[in-house]
Amino acid sequence: MSAVQEALPAVRGSRDAIVRRFALTDAIFHGMTRAAAILVLVLLGGVAISLFAGSWQALSTFGFSFLTSESWNPVTEKFGALAPIYGTIVTSAIAILIAVPLGIGIAIFLTELCPRPLRRPIGMAVELLAGIPSIIYGIWGLFVLAPFLQTTIQPFIISVFHGIPGLNSLFAGPPYGIGLLTSSLILAIMVLPFITSITKDVFDTVPPVLKESAYGIGCTTWEVTRRVVIPYTRIGIMGGVMLGLGRALGETMAVTFVIGNAHRISTSLFAPATTISATIANEFTEAVGDLYTSSLVALGLILFVITFLILAIARYMLMRIDARTGA
Amino acid sequence: MSTASSLHTRRKTRNSVMMTLCVVAAGIGLAWLALILGALVYKGAAGLSFDVFTQMTPPPGDAGGLLNAIYGSVVMTVIAVIVGTPIGVLAGTYMAEYGRFSKLTTVVRFINDILLSAPSIIIGLFVYELMVRPMGHFSAIAGAVALAILVIPVVVRTTEDMLNLVPNALREAGTAIGAPRWVVIKSVAYRAALSGIVTGILLSIARISGETAPLLFTALNNQFWSSNLNAPMASLPVTIFQFALSPYEEWQQLAWTGALIITLTVLALSIVARSLTGRREDK
Repeated sequence: MSAVQEALPAVRGSRDAIVRRFALTDAIFHGMTRAAAILVLVLLGGVAISLFAGSWQALSTFGFSFLTSESWNPVTEKFGALAPIYGTIVTSAIAILIAVPLGIGIAIFLTELCPRPLRRPIGMAVELLAGIPSIIYGIWGLFVLAPFLQTTIQPFIISVFHGIPGLNSLFAGPPYGIGLLTSSLILAIMVLPFITSITKDVFDTVPPVLKESAYGIGCTTWEVTRRVVIPYTRIGIMGGVMLGLGRALGETMAVTFVIGNAHRISTSLFAPATTISATIANEFTEAVGDLYTSSLVALGLILFVITFLILAIARYMLMRIDARTGA
Repeated sequence: MSTASSLHTRRKTRNSVMMTLCVVAAGIGLAWLALILGALVYKGAAGLSFDVFTQMTPPPGDAGGLLNAIYGSVVMTVIAVIVGTPIGVLAGTYMAEYGRFSKLTTVVRFINDILLSAPSIIIGLFVYELMVRPMGHFSAIAGAVALAILVIPVVVRTTEDMLNLVPNALREAGTAIGAPRWVVIKSVAYRAALSGIVTGILLSIARISGETAPLLFTALNNQFWSSNLNAPMASLPVTIFQFALSPYEEWQQLAWTGALIITLTVLALSIVARSLTGRREDK
């Protein structure tokens, strides 16, 4: 009895010490995790600041004309971003036009038509393909797709549209194989897995009751998809498309192989062109002079701003559909 | 009656046409991807030999292998994972544990998702401005930092998601026996979410092992064996880029073989990662 009473203060003392130590170590761990979370914000802020600082020289030299000038002349040091911006937007837009109907079609196939045992393997294959590095698509585009287009498809299209006004300038020029259209095709196949897997995921969020009631009044599969599933998931699909667009805009290696790196704006889809990322990848290490390097960083800044906006919109849309399914 | 049945036929026909188009879309998509993988295996396997893993990258027109490029890729990937993983896991821990309902978490989640799909060449430019320009030369360590910045968002995302799946009853049980928060996180939450976090790390390795753009002007490339982290270092993707665009047949062959090696690595990592979480779901 007395022994316990004697021991108590000692126990209480060590207990206080332990609680204090726990509080301290917990505060340290809390601080570490918080610092790491803030570092993620600092990273993106750092990217924006460093790009802005690096491009300052070019932006202050050329001003607004950097965005509107087509010239890109390292000898006279006159730089304008219009041709790369044009190439980036045209290739991404065509890629999205090809990939979206295909992606939605595959998603419908996977959710409505595919025999059940095949669904998981095919769905998984699509997701695995989203992880294949872009340089693989680039090397395939350069050695397989471009020669194929050059020898078969392009001469055929050129001869067919030769006499039709409008279309003949869209498909004009010698068939190089590489160029805007080839890059668009490669980009389309690259973003296809992204669009497919997101569309499939949002299709799965449609409550079965909605679909069943439509089937119950005698709707066909297409009518259910068109009138129930797609309207219900419209925001999610748009989010997936924007996410794919963000990837297509910033995609570097696959495009660099097959775009041809020509700084001019051509109406023909068969002409070599360039994109922002391909220009940076091709020229950055060889750029001589501060103004040249700074202009390339300024291109990076433009790309950063465009993709940031697109991705922010995409995330906002996907967050909205998440909020709805969570509610 | 006849109008009703013709409407029925029209709807039936439209349905069949659209569904056929969907099957065609799936066929085109899968065939296209099969074509790419087929070409890769066909062309890449032709050059696959023991020499690829034991010889240095050759001068133009000579036979050789990819040893220094493979070594460089492995070294930079390992450093990137060692640097990026703790930051990513800690940030994910904050978002799922300490600050699950805080405003900071919402903002970090949004910014992290943008970093996750930001063009990797931008990260390359950032690290160029941050490290290469002040140091005055290209270096392997700059390449590793660029890759680490790509690792972080992947790990943050999966860590947060996996910790959010851990049932709160487990945490409450830990707290009820008097364990402080960090012990609960370390011994209960991390342990429950371990396979998911490992999946995230594997996926991030899969992501960076094929990245070329961020290495182009950070680690540059190196024709020779180099283990100096303060000097330019070869890497598999950059070597493929350089060799594929060269006019030399030996180099082009090595590029295809390198591409096959990368693809197999990435696919293997993804499959292992997926089977880890798959087993989790079955439980």
